[in-house]
Amino acid sequence: MTNLSSELVNNLRLIARLDIKGENLIKSIQLEGLRVIGQPNEYALKYYLQGADELIYMDCVASLYGRNHLSDIISTATKNIFVPITVGGGIRSVDDAFKILRAGADKVAINTAAVANPQLIEDISRQFGSQCMVLSVEAKKINDNKWEVYTDNGREKTGMDVVDWVKKGIDLGAGEILLTSVDKEGTRKGFDTSLIKSVSEQSMVPVIASGGMGSPDDILEAVNEGGASAVAMADILHYGRSDIKEIRDTAKKAGFGVREYAIE
Amino acid sequence: MPLNEIVIIDYGVGNLLSVKRGLEHCGAKVLVTSKPEEILNAAKVILPGVGAFKKAMKALDNLGLVKVIQEVANRKINLLGICLGMQLLLDESDEFGLTKGLGLIPGRVVAIPTKNDDGMINKIPHIGWSKLINSEGISYWNEGILKTLGRSDSSYFIHSYMALTNNNKYTIAYCLYGSKKIPAVIQRDRIIGCQFHPEKSGEVGLKILRDFCES
Repeated sequence: MTNLSSELVNNLRLIARLDIKGENLIKSIQLEGLRVIGQPNEYALKYYLQGADELIYMDCVASLYGRNHLSDIISTATKNIFVPITVGGGIRSVDDAFKILRAGADKVAINTAAVANPQLIEDISRQFGSQCMVLSVEAKKINDNKWEVYTDNGREKTGMDVVDWVKKGIDLGAGEILLTSVDKEGTRKGFDTSLIKSVSEQSMVPVIASGGMGSPDDILEAVNEGGASAVAMADILHYGRSDIKEIRDTAKKAGFGVREYAIE
Repeated sequence: MPLNEIVIIDYGVGNLLSVKRGLEHCGAKVLVTSKPEEILNAAKVILPGVGAFKKAMKALDNLGLVKVIQEVANRKINLLGICLGMQLLLDESDEFGLTKGLGLIPGRVVAIPTKNDDGMINKIPHIGWSKLINSEGISYWNEGILKTLGRSDSSYFIHSYMALTNNNKYTIAYCLYGSKKIPAVIQRDRIIGCQFHPEKSGEVGLKILRDFCES
């Protein structure tokens, strides 16, 4: 049994996640069957004005084609969005990270390239600080207590155990874990709480729970039982099933500390 | 160069673009530079920074900027250090071995405690939005860069080390992480440091930047 950190109650972060293909905001189900939602920065600005604590942009086909279109989108976004921005997808080297940080990103999220070359985690955290190096982990369930690491946006198996990989990533300098459940992603069936719990119990760094949020109440289990420090939300926001304000109010009522924010 | 220009010191670390855009959003004219003469001619100077203390001091030293920043303080030019830039204002840091800082505000940089008074664990880095709390008996709040802030306003922190001043009077605001007090804003005369990122703290952060520009 783990001690639930008081930090969880202090600083729950509500993060809007924008999955990008080319120039479009898209949404998938279990990381497949992409549907176009619209222009990413229109949604990003809306979420910023609603009071999102952070934004995550994820280029979901970059690993496949070896490129990243996000620099222009990020550079435009940071003209009128003043909250932290994490960018993932197709970042393969310290130089790639440097370029996207120069475009205005605050952190990089790396999955496929880190699995292929774990040294990259150390190189990026040494160069830019571990607060900048988010290890993105796509986890697929094997049984009740075991999850396998997937890469290339949930397409490729690695044979690696999720908890072991997270521990190794933290040792190498990752400052945060973005944990996406491939099974739950886009299903609206709630987070994979046992996955979040297994990882956050073993993680000295904050864990962002991603994948499956169906209603504002789903965050309660992810935080209380899972021990998540932050939740990433996509489908629930993009389709307007809820908004950041309602989700924040739900979190506040549950006794979590959230950012106080007056909507003007 | 017009005197209302704000200089951001470029020493190869940090997300300078965001600081620049935040200031421009507030109507400031901004110059990003590492040239000593431009820094010393500024109306106000910002020292940004993310990453490791030792590496940052080395970068400043290599560019000959340690003495320049100390001269900025001597000339009473308003100076704002952000995040690591705040920590650099102190005498020294424990991060990766003892390293000397700029020595502009007495104090030292130490790791954030991982355990709270109740034994519960604080995950490190401290990442997230925390409320700024006015240190008792400190009046800078009312006249300085926090003057237009509401009492429950939060700002965005991301750090593993914290800047402890030797004298409480230099710590004008703090935040709570678990049960631990973390210095959020430090000030000595015209030298100010913010542990949080005003340029990433939404409308609250922009208010702080605006008040710095107009100070």
